[in-house]
Amino acid sequence: MSKESLFSKKNRKLLTDPLDDNNPITVQVLGICSALAITVQLEPAVVMALSVFFVLSVANVIVSLLRNLIPSRIRIIVQLVVIATLVILVDEVLKAFVYDVSKELSVFVGLIITNCIIMGRLEAFALGNTPGKAFLDGLGNAFGYGFILIVVAFFRELLGSGTLFGTQVIPLEWYIENGGFYANNGMMILPPMALITVGILIWIQRMKNRKLIESN
Amino acid sequence: MDVNKNTYTFIFAIIMVVVVAAILSSTYIKLKPLQDKNVELEKQQNILSSIGVNILRDSANLIYPIYIKEELIINSKGEILDGSAFDVDLKKELKKDQDNQQLPLFISEVDQEKKYIIPLRGKGLWGPIWGFIALEEDFNTVYGAVFDHKAETPGLGAEINRSFFEDQFAGKSIFEADKLVSIIVVKGGADPSDMHAVDGISGGTITSDGVTNMLAERLSLYSSYLQMMKLENEVKLVMSEMDTVNSIVDSIIN
Repeated sequence: MSKESLFSKKNRKLLTDPLDDNNPITVQVLGICSALAITVQLEPAVVMALSVFFVLSVANVIVSLLRNLIPSRIRIIVQLVVIATLVILVDEVLKAFVYDVSKELSVFVGLIITNCIIMGRLEAFALGNTPGKAFLDGLGNAFGYGFILIVVAFFRELLGSGTLFGTQVIPLEWYIENGGFYANNGMMILPPMALITVGILIWIQRMKNRKLIESN
Repeated sequence: MDVNKNTYTFIFAIIMVVVVAAILSSTYIKLKPLQDKNVELEKQQNILSSIGVNILRDSANLIYPIYIKEELIINSKGEILDGSAFDVDLKKELKKDQDNQQLPLFISEVDQEKKYIIPLRGKGLWGPIWGFIALEEDFNTVYGAVFDHKAETPGLGAEINRSFFEDQFAGKSIFEADKLVSIIVVKGGADPSDMHAVDGISGGTITSDGVTNMLAERLSLYSSYLQMMKLENEVKLVMSEMDTVNSIVDSIIN
């Protein structure tokens, strides 16, 4: 077998597919739980995206390296152990070196373990592919996940709190309290609006990308 | 090699567990001192920020002794006990009977005025919440408060550690005449003229209620000490007034 270059068309597809055609959130509808929970503000969403980025790409590589050694009957357990170990490592390192970020994320670091995207990629891709490809697949999916997370968080923070990254962006004089006409939409802070925002994103994506529409 | 044989599966599982356990426990041991240091510095930083001294965490251990002049442990009867107040772990104390709890109290000096800082700890929605509340010399008016949490929902309950929430406490009072009424976090907004209430956080009602309960519970344990000190203050005030009256009377007679 001839050696493929790292950026061959096929490998590029591994990176770009999850951004649109095969997005883990809007197309596969995985990892919704964390997308709802931590998209109230941008900052935790960004840190969450980075953590998933690390865990997913490293876990993909490790499982891919072990793919011929893992007994198939306990493969799910092995995948979970790999993910859980990485997540705990991330958590410990954050606590020791970037304490503030670790406080910001609090329970959600632990929730990466239950992020279905990671299990899904390990099971569907890393177990059957070489480490290089698995790494690219991990990167691609983490980007696809993080991108949606950040877009949702952007709208929820902007419309729900009038801020971005904690800085006020809606002029204060617009607010009704200050004699203006504007009020923050409290609904945006609550989880149901995250679901609706994701729904709208899926709608927009399918309007642009017709091949995603299922035929009944 | 058949990877699906039972013996292989067992051996694989055992090796995996041992390797993972070794990796995790060695990281834990390596990083524990750094993490503990962070927690200690954060506690000092929080105590200082309750009296309005905001500093970077790294410098907390240098600045802390400049402001905090005295650390006391008292009990619910108001008696002073031996020991180091900084090392009292409220998590452990909360499990004891109210009468046996060691209650830490930090006394600081800002602009020649003493502030009394009471550590707080209670339950939020997902986990513990804690904080510090600083009282003025009258043992009634709140000088400042800080709160923090382990796992409240970001953007909702987690907002208790933001200044817009914490700043509301300054100037409120915890006693109504001689009765401790604490401070209540009100859902949907408090009446600004109410000296015992602050606005809650939309979407964070359970955490807000947690703050209310935490304040009521912790302050009630300190109430005999606070009452005693208040009384002492009043006696001092009366004495000094007596002195002035006496001196006026003296001057008239002479």
